[in-house]
Amino acid sequence: MLKVNDINVYYGAIHAIKGVSFEVNDGEIVTLIGANGAGKSTTLQTISGLLHTRTGSIEFMGKNIVGVPPHKVVAHGLAQVPEGRRVFLQMTVEENLEMGAYTRPNSEIEAGIADVYQRFPRLQERRRQIAGTLSGGEQQMLAMGRALMSKPKLLMLDEPSMGLAPILVEQIFDIIRELNRAGVTILLVEQNAQMALSIAHRGYVLETGKIVATGSGEELLEDEAVKKAYLGG
Amino acid sequence: MNVMNFLNYLISGISLGSIYAIIALGYTMVYGIAKMLNFAHGDVIMVGAYICFFVMSGLSSAALPPFAAPILGTLVAMVVCTVLGVVIERLAYKPLRQAPSLAVLITAIGVSYFLQNAAQLLWTSSPKYFTSVVGNAQLTLFDGRLTISAVTLLTIAVCIIIMLALTTFTNKTKMGKAMRACSEDKGAAQLMGIDVNRTISVTFAIGSALAAVAGVLFMSAYPSLTPTTGSMPGIKAFTAAVFGGIGSIPGALLGGLLLGIIETFARAYISTELSTAIVFAVLIVVLLVKPAGLLGKTVREKV
Ligand SMILES: Nc1ncnc2c1ncn2[C@@H]1O[C@H](COP(=O)(O)OP(=O)(O)OP(=O)(O)O)[C@@H](O)[C@H]1O
Ligand SMILES: [Mg+2]
Repeated sequence: MLKVNDINVYYGAIHAIKGVSFEVNDGEIVTLIGANGAGKSTTLQTISGLLHTRTGSIEFMGKNIVGVPPHKVVAHGLAQVPEGRRVFLQMTVEENLEMGAYTRPNSEIEAGIADVYQRFPRLQERRRQIAGTLSGGEQQMLAMGRALMSKPKLLMLDEPSMGLAPILVEQIFDIIRELNRAGVTILLVEQNAQMALSIAHRGYVLETGKIVATGSGEELLEDEAVKKAYLGG
Repeated sequence: MNVMNFLNYLISGISLGSIYAIIALGYTMVYGIAKMLNFAHGDVIMVGAYICFFVMSGLSSAALPPFAAPILGTLVAMVVCTVLGVVIERLAYKPLRQAPSLAVLITAIGVSYFLQNAAQLLWTSSPKYFTSVVGNAQLTLFDGRLTISAVTLLTIAVCIIIMLALTTFTNKTKMGKAMRACSEDKGAAQLMGIDVNRTISVTFAIGSALAAVAGVLFMSAYPSLTPTTGSMPGIKAFTAAVFGGIGSIPGALLGGLLLGIIETFARAYISTELSTAIVFAVLIVVLLVKPAGLLGKTVREKV
């Protein structure tokens, strides 16, 4: 479904992504783990078209999307929940969801919102509330709901567990699994490697801009080097 | 203090303030979304005024129903300014989207001089006498103790209509909401599928069309039209936008009205020469107390 092939991304003179290749197959949960500054967010932003690779290709459903502007990438069915949620703080919950459906026909919006409310009943209770007044967990749910409004085939999530209490983290991961069962392919970026690898079919380990290990979720959980570096021994 | 005079000044102040508010909308909307101060906005007002002037004088000998010429003149001015605003954004500002804000600011000042000089070349610097779009009609109240000109009433009415329309637009329409989304977080807006460049173009289009309306109203009250006519109301409206809280639409209205009222009262009761200085003194005091302006938002982000 998604095939990233030898991308190189720079911030000015800083070479942040150094020849990264990986793929996500239809129906999978694939996780990209790595420490702070490894280049996880940079990779997702490049796939979404917000940053540009100097080499290689990014194929999504058989089409090279390098150079496609970000707003069109979404329309192709590739949505991202960015790091730090980035919900529109001054807009209401429902307006945020409407923005998520920007690429969809107006006739679908109502049903889409109903779907999201069914998955996240908390959001329905707060539909007229300004997003800036939501708790961190609610904002994460809103960010996910908002991304789902575009009916993505592939959903990329950048550290959805960041800053959340353990119980909420469990909840968010349950939702990710449910979404996947409902047919959404997932590319999950996490620092919480334990959690991420336990729900992922496959994983990649990113270290200072390079992929250094790959395997199934279980394999990586058992891998000595991965254990040492990312799973606290 | 004479009550009727006071009322008279108040109404003039509101009317002048309405013009500032309409212009301030252009500054504030563009700032909100493109995070830049479009110093050429005042000169778009001037272009709008010239266009309306030429359409009206071109039609002056034609046998048209009353108000057809001014309405047509205003509409043509709005169309021309809309195109002008969008073209300026495309050619001058869009290439600088990633540039430091100082570079953008200097470019905007350059565009402002360009428009003034182009106007001077095309239309010379000798003033044109702009005939009010509603003639010299007046409303007389309290047995003639209070007269309000039709231009004053028209200006206030137009300002109210524009405010209502714009509020509805930004709160209820898809494009309006997309503008609010872009002004908060362009990256996130793009991830929603919003075309940020298009949204910025629409913002410039709206701001410039409003500048044309403001130009026509301003010239109807202060009829001497020259290539630099736009700069003073432009600067004052910019002040109004900052005063009310730049980026905020209600702030532009509040700032514009307060500025117009303060200026008019200062001119009437203190000193004509000092009125502008007083306006800026009030601005400085407000910004010392409330750095984000009267209605400026300071939302704290949750991590
Ligand atoms: N805007 C930027 N300008 C310059 N360098 C940047 C910028 N953004 C990221 N970088 C650098 O690129 C590298 C990768 O950053 P990135 O944000 O992709 O890491 P990450 O894996 O997402 O980290 P984290 O887990 O902390 O979110 C880092 O060295 C970072 O300092
Ligand atoms: Mg990151």
